Amino acid sequence: MSLPQGALGHFLLALGDDSLILGQRLSEWCGKAPLLEEDIAIANVALDYLGRAEKCYRYLSELEQGRRSVDQIAFLRHSRAYRNLLIFELPIGDFAHTMARQAMVDAFHLEYFKRLARSSDARIAALAAEAAKESRFHLKRSREWVLRLGGGTAESRARIQRAFDRLWGYGPELFAMDRHEAALLESGVSADRSALKPRWRALMETLLAEAALDAPGQEWSVAGGREGVHTEHHGYLLAEMQSMQRAYPGLRW
Amino acid sequence: MSEYRLSDAELAAAFQQRVDEERKIEPKDWMPTAYRRSLVRQISQHAHSEVIGMQPEGNWITRAPTLKRKMILLAKVQDEAGHGLYLYSAAETLGVAREEMIEALHEGRAKYASIFNYPTLTWADVGVIGWLVDSAAIVNQISLQRTSYGPYSRAMIRICKEESFHQRQGFEMLMPLASGSPEQKAMAQDAMNRWWWPTLMMFGPHDAESVHSAQSMQWKIKRRSNDEMRQDFVDQAVPQAEHLGLAVPDPDLKWNAERGHYDFGAIDWDEFQAVIAGNGPCNRERLAAHSKAHREGEWVREALRAYEERKSAAGPGEEAVPPSAERLRIA
Repeated sequence: MSLPQGALGHFLLALGDDSLILGQRLSEWCGKAPLLEEDIAIANVALDYLGRAEKCYRYLSELEQGRRSVDQIAFLRHSRAYRNLLIFELPIGDFAHTMARQAMVDAFHLEYFKRLARSSDARIAALAAEAAKESRFHLKRSREWVLRLGGGTAESRARIQRAFDRLWGYGPELFAMDRHEAALLESGVSADRSALKPRWRALMETLLAEAALDAPGQEWSVAGGREGVHTEHHGYLLAEMQSMQRAYPGLRW
Repeated sequence: MSEYRLSDAELAAAFQQRVDEERKIEPKDWMPTAYRRSLVRQISQHAHSEVIGMQPEGNWITRAPTLKRKMILLAKVQDEAGHGLYLYSAAETLGVAREEMIEALHEGRAKYASIFNYPTLTWADVGVIGWLVDSAAIVNQISLQRTSYGPYSRAMIRICKEESFHQRQGFEMLMPLASGSPEQKAMAQDAMNRWWWPTLMMFGPHDAESVHSAQSMQWKIKRRSNDEMRQDFVDQAVPQAEHLGLAVPDPDLKWNAERGHYDFGAIDWDEFQAVIAGNGPCNRERLAAHSKAHREGEWVREALRAYEERKSAAGPGEEAVPPSAERLRIA
């Protein structure tokens, strides 16, 4: 495989993994949400992410001429070979933690996919345009919940503040270009995520101020997802998600 | 005024006439107290069944074997949450709040379908629930589309459409297992063996023993008898099982040409009674899981109420945020 095509494969894998892993996490809420309406809403968001993962893996599978199927890509790798960013794999935590994470990634995704929708690769552009539309809707919802929790009770306020404080350092990784997407920049296939940071910071600061929450004071960051250096939570997520494919190799379901 | 007042007996007669003429009873219409009570019991039980029913299938969402199956299953369990919502809303038209119904469920005063007190042990169970359990539910729900209470009837019409889609999905989910490896076939047969009899019990006791049936039939809340519906279900399910190559775990099952129906063996009513009394394999866990999620969500619902109160105090169009705060623009 030539380098650009190799880079495209890596790029699709990374995007697909981000979507799959967050979709998997969000699906854990099904039946456990604080309101029946939220069971439905969170499942919708999870389905958007899972659908996006499927599109990325399908494209990758075709690039590989079917050497691996969508499900082999999704389910049959070890933790070190998954490329998702760390923020997506963190456990769901409480409802505040889930909504704070959503606000952070929804704001990022909206900006990111709006740019990626101009990709020179028509298939990526189409996928990104759809994802931008979904992210706009997701952000409206997560914003609303940040406002509600920030402006609700002392407890909800403390919980949402704590959630942002704990998640904040997983934000910077969203803006780190890996070498594959950097290699695809020149041809206009990928988008420059590093350029989005100021806009994202401004969005988050506005949202936090609106909800009368403090912007997390201390700057810190952890990273490693794109190199397959994950959190300790990742292995358990995979153990559960992959259990059927591991127990019954090669069967059709 | 008083000359227009009708006696309770006259009202009851007019009510029964309306029911007999197949005109729907609507929330603001006069209805006998016992009719209202009966509906609240049945509709809330139905809503709780949808919601508790999310657990056995939800148990497999994070472990579904393929991405496609994961999405189908998640969407299906999501639909059940939606059905729960329609039904709670239908019950609320009778003057009972969702929160009260949930409290009654947690305190054991309200029931839900006994079938959901069995565990989903393998992936095949998810397929069998979709196929068999949803088939059984549809037989009942189709008849309830004609129930006398308008909001319940309309909820059933919406639910039936989605439910028959689920039923086909369940059948389709079992096809690769039924035609798959020996392990997959065994998995499907094992699921069939465990779910068949509990599914037959879903229709409730024999007509002669059914406590609420006679009055519910007269009021046309219930339109068909338990035994009629159970027979319908068996007649539909047996050829489908044959198509899948799955054996029905009933040595007495055979076609009766004279009746034009399948004869089937005796149901273990002791097991049914035990499950109904709260002593099935998962009763305690199902309720505990629902109570836990509800308890853990209490602070969110409180926050929502506090936020809404502040918002309405702040006036229309205002959000409960400090006036100085800048609005986030989502472009």
